[in-house]
Amino acid sequence: MSDEKNLIEGRTGMWEVILGLEVHAQVISEAKLFSGASTKFGADPNTQVSLVDAAFPGMLPVINKYCVEQAVRTGLGLKAEINLKSVFDRKNYFYADLPAGYQISQYSQPIVGKGTIVLDMAGGVKRHIGITRLHLEQDAGKSLHDQHPTKSYIDLNRSGVALMEIVSEPDLRSSEEAAAYLKKLRSILRYLGTCDGNMEEGSMRCDVNVSVRKVGDPLGTRCEIKNVNSIRYVQQAIEHEARRQIEILEEGGSIRQETRLYDPSKGETRSMRSKEQAHDYRYFPDPDLLPLVLDPNWVSEIKATLPELPDEKRARFISQYGLSDYDAGVLSGEKEIAEYYETVAKGRDPKLVANWVSSELFGQLNKVGKWITDSPVSADALGGLIDLIADNTISGRIAKDVFAAMFETGKPAKQIVEEKGLRQVTDTGAIDAAIDEIMAKNADKVAEYRGGKDKLLGFFVGQVMKATGGKANPALLNERLKAKLAG
Amino acid sequence: MSSELNNLTIAGALEGLAKKDFSAVELAQAHLRAMEKHRDLNAYIVETPEKALSMAKASDERRAKREKLGALDGISLAIKDLFCTDGVQTTAGSHILEGFKPPYESTVTANLWKAGAVMLGKVNMDEFAMGSSNLTSYFGGVGNPWRRRGDNKRLVPGGSSGGSASAVSARMALGATATDTGGSIRQPAAFTGTVGIKPTYGRCSRWGIVAFASSLDQAGPMARSVKDCAIMLGAMAGHDPKDSTSVDLPVSDYTKALTGDVRGLRVGIPKEYRLDGMSPEIEKLWHEGAEWLKKAGAEIKEVSLPHTKYALPTYYIIAPAEASSNLARYDGVRFGLRVPGESLDDMYEKTRAEGFGKEVRRRIMIGTYVLSAGYYDAYYLKAQRLRSLIARDFDIAFKDVDVILTPSTPSAAFAEGENTDDPIQMYLNDVFTVTANLVGLPGISVPGGLDSQGLPLGLQLIGRAFDEEALFRVGGVLESSANFTAKPAGY
Repeated sequence: MSDEKNLIEGRTGMWEVILGLEVHAQVISEAKLFSGASTKFGADPNTQVSLVDAAFPGMLPVINKYCVEQAVRTGLGLKAEINLKSVFDRKNYFYADLPAGYQISQYSQPIVGKGTIVLDMAGGVKRHIGITRLHLEQDAGKSLHDQHPTKSYIDLNRSGVALMEIVSEPDLRSSEEAAAYLKKLRSILRYLGTCDGNMEEGSMRCDVNVSVRKVGDPLGTRCEIKNVNSIRYVQQAIEHEARRQIEILEEGGSIRQETRLYDPSKGETRSMRSKEQAHDYRYFPDPDLLPLVLDPNWVSEIKATLPELPDEKRARFISQYGLSDYDAGVLSGEKEIAEYYETVAKGRDPKLVANWVSSELFGQLNKVGKWITDSPVSADALGGLIDLIADNTISGRIAKDVFAAMFETGKPAKQIVEEKGLRQVTDTGAIDAAIDEIMAKNADKVAEYRGGKDKLLGFFVGQVMKATGGKANPALLNERLKAKLAG
Repeated sequence: MSSELNNLTIAGALEGLAKKDFSAVELAQAHLRAMEKHRDLNAYIVETPEKALSMAKASDERRAKREKLGALDGISLAIKDLFCTDGVQTTAGSHILEGFKPPYESTVTANLWKAGAVMLGKVNMDEFAMGSSNLTSYFGGVGNPWRRRGDNKRLVPGGSSGGSASAVSARMALGATATDTGGSIRQPAAFTGTVGIKPTYGRCSRWGIVAFASSLDQAGPMARSVKDCAIMLGAMAGHDPKDSTSVDLPVSDYTKALTGDVRGLRVGIPKEYRLDGMSPEIEKLWHEGAEWLKKAGAEIKEVSLPHTKYALPTYYIIAPAEASSNLARYDGVRFGLRVPGESLDDMYEKTRAEGFGKEVRRRIMIGTYVLSAGYYDAYYLKAQRLRSLIARDFDIAFKDVDVILTPSTPSAAFAEGENTDDPIQMYLNDVFTVTANLVGLPGISVPGGLDSQGLPLGLQLIGRAFDEEALFRVGGVLESSANFTAKPAGY
């Protein structure tokens, strides 16, 4: 486990970082976990609040079956045990955005037990990260402290929305692994359609448990960094926190178990509350809800509807399309990319398509900061371009220019080729004429070539290509040029 | 004539209405007059005369137009202030909810209105249903219409449904809704010579009832006869998808259970209920009750409920634990009382210190304590285990018997000021009743007679889960055998 490259060097030696992640993933559902109120993001404050969400006297929670289905689906996607009996507990604490004074959660008997996520690290290394559990719970409301100089505002729209808390084992050893874990988890959730994984909108949030130790030592005291809201910040927070802990330990100090917050603007974590100040949540089974008992047949039905998940897809891309492990990983990592790739690859050269998607398309998308679903070049349009290469209408080199034009204008490949007259020249006579002209202009270089300077071939190819506006069929050009230069 | 309408039973009033002897409006008016006359009892927190008259008028119109009538059409009822009533103040007897008008109607009261019943007002109760005397109400204690012979000391009506009991006993309502978490229907019924049934947990929806202890709370009726309770419960009960603990079972016509025939029925006498130092009068009544049933053809058998002695301590761990969490929502943020503070925590502390009375605060503290880290296993978890053992006691006993007969309370009504120094002494009022709540079984209290001071005493029957019929059937026989015709003087 203590992979050399993951260790952090301190003054007194090498340190190992031990990480465990708790991810709060908002369940994709129309209604809240225990009420019929809508879960839509971005509505006006307090417009999506039922009497249950606002904890009015005598109101009772009723479980939303669809949210349970989503949790089971996620558990199955994480290859985890599904607990046919689970229990909802009350987690008691006072806060203005927690109307009931308790959050309904699952404490000792969660709906999903142990599972695994496989990470594909650099160099083809696979890391198996344990999932401890997944449980369902309600979200709290939102406190707005910046709307009034002396008052806090409360928005209960989020109050009662279903969350899945997904807890990992302390198996992660570096910020890169933590990032890879989050990306993989997000990918699986998106494939399953159980969480949109949008960290900016807060539909996926992360608490990071960090501790350090000298290699071979027992586990150190951990600190929990709460509510980190992007993968980049998770990585930064881990780096800073590990450094902070190593420094304290190397100075002869000890780590206090506490909850900390990461401040991205200052690039540091700071103490939020110590163990002594920690809440006593007084968990106990919620008497308003019966234990959640699942029918094994229902679980099987859900299992039967699971989509192909990233790991399986990657394996299939390798076996079915002959892709490299790396390309297969890139193209299966996100559901939308995989769908795009497979649409283009259908009936075409899969490797060629893989290259086009992962280099040209991704390159252009990155340049303009767009996600594949907003790509100006659709899968069918890219397919049309690749067809033009396959039938020799254009060369691969010209195709790149055509693609750039497609990306910019949204026009189909064929139209651009026609409008710009980019159709490849396969007429031997025309190519021969161009070669003759260049050879005549560069008689000295022809002599050098014939004298043994083979490297000049590239020069001639470039010149002839230029003369034909890049449209000469490269293979034909090569063949004719070599023949003519040979004299 | 109409001045006596409030003396009728529900069954009698339904008959009179059907025969057009009087109207629902006249019936309501008779009660409104009685309410005005006996305001000294402090049974009602809010009177709703306009609502009563308009609902009664609507009932009379339905009758005149020969529309389909409900099981309680035109019947004037009092509603315990624990039931949320749309647009009518609902306080649970607490300052913290003073002025709170819910924008919704509890399922149970909605069912009653659907059955044609008429609301007279909201009746007093121990704060958040925590008490056995009605003295913990922020709105003051409630008088029991009964007095000891030759003594004019004001007695308590029991609690927590003290207002319901007093209103029914003093003829200020034909019947009342009540709730029972540890005996809050049956103890006040016994104290006031009325009938009260706590149905099986899950029989009535808890939706819209201010929660005290969710796993124990159950709504039920109080009235002046077993049959009246049967009529009322039939209208109140039923499955409610809004309450996950409500049970989807058919509700039968409970009045049909009142056959008077208990031949061959097996009645259990739990030996562990014979407490040391039990009042000889209570013991005598208990014995009498068994004799009545025997004479009617039932078989009397001794049964054992060995974990009975743990019931009260178990109850006083579980109920406060749930209450401490249920009452967290009264925080001054969204509704009810708010006492401003320097910070959020300060506002919470001031609001809750001022809003909750002493008994409620005591129970919140007990509940918070027993759920705390390090104490949970020793208290809450142990109590839950005992709860299972107590349930097993009943499972075993009900293999041999069909109902269990016990006294309802260890004593008759006491005076204000008695019993109040020591909370434990007060908690002992529930010693015979809490077991039924802990295991969810139905229990009924029927007046059995008067003690030597002329105060009513009650007999309790506990039945199998969802077998309310047996309670009505046996209760009906107890009622007719006891021939309890006494009335509080002056009512």
